[in-house]
Amino acid sequence: MFEVVAFYLFAFLTIAMFTITVTTKNALYALSALAAGMIFISAFFFLLGAEFLGAVQIVVYTGAVMALYSFGMMFFDSIKEIKESPSNPRLTFVLTGMIALLVVIIFIAPIIGANVTAQYPVGMAADLYGTIDGNTQDVGVVLFTKYLVPFEVAAVMLLVAMIGGIILAGKKMDVSITELSEKEIDALNIETKEAHKKDLK
Amino acid sequence: MSITLNDYLILSTILFMIGTYGVFRRTNLLMLFFSTEIMLNAVNIGMAAISKFHGDLTGQMFAFFIIAVAASEVAVGLGLLVLWYKKHNSIDLDTLKSMKG
Repeated sequence: MFEVVAFYLFAFLTIAMFTITVTTKNALYALSALAAGMIFISAFFFLLGAEFLGAVQIVVYTGAVMALYSFGMMFFDSIKEIKESPSNPRLTFVLTGMIALLVVIIFIAPIIGANVTAQYPVGMAADLYGTIDGNTQDVGVVLFTKYLVPFEVAAVMLLVAMIGGIILAGKKMDVSITELSEKEIDALNIETKEAHKKDLK
Repeated sequence: MSITLNDYLILSTILFMIGTYGVFRRTNLLMLFFSTEIMLNAVNIGMAAISKFHGDLTGQMFAFFIIAVAASEVAVGLGLLVLWYKKHNSIDLDTLKSMKG
């Protein structure tokens, strides 16, 4: 009974939050609603017995991704209202058809997967090591045996993304504006404006 | 009455639809990133639900890798977005049409 109530409550809250995110015209509202939706999604992971995944969801999404977005938003004009323009009707038609197909596949999936057997069953760590430490130990055992190579590749990918992000966003970070005098800052501003004009040409 | 796999998959589908709607409707690039995050999260719910109802941990593993991909996507994407904004003073999708013949 608890599970049913919790499922419907969080389903309603998540759908409401994400609907706000995609419909609001204010970028700050969209960001806050998205962060709330991410937290509510972690509730589903806890309901599903995937505690480690729920904790990772909170730490990574609301901790890291949302912080990154808020930093990114400082660069943009977030108070200005976002204007929307109608998109290509033919593209919308094709994509709608694709989504309908996707929905059919999703609803058929449980029937197709009815006789699939578990390769890495839940609770396998308890069978192997005789202790029961729950979901986190299970995840650790599978992640560092079968999925060790993808794990390392993901680590390299995150490193590449970090370096890429720093290089793309952090140009001219060797110049510290707080240590410059006002004249030097003015000279720097004029320099960047001229560079922009050249780029636009 | 109890919650079955189908309920979770329906929820996952609805959230994915919301994300897709956002991708269609938005022309602001930051909002497109938000919609992409919604879609990735919707898929994660489906993965975790299948993992629970089939008693297999592989679904959760995939969810972890999806989260890793989403995090790196945001890092690189926001870097590019900041560059674009510095150059064009706008993050509207229409400004990307400069190569239109």
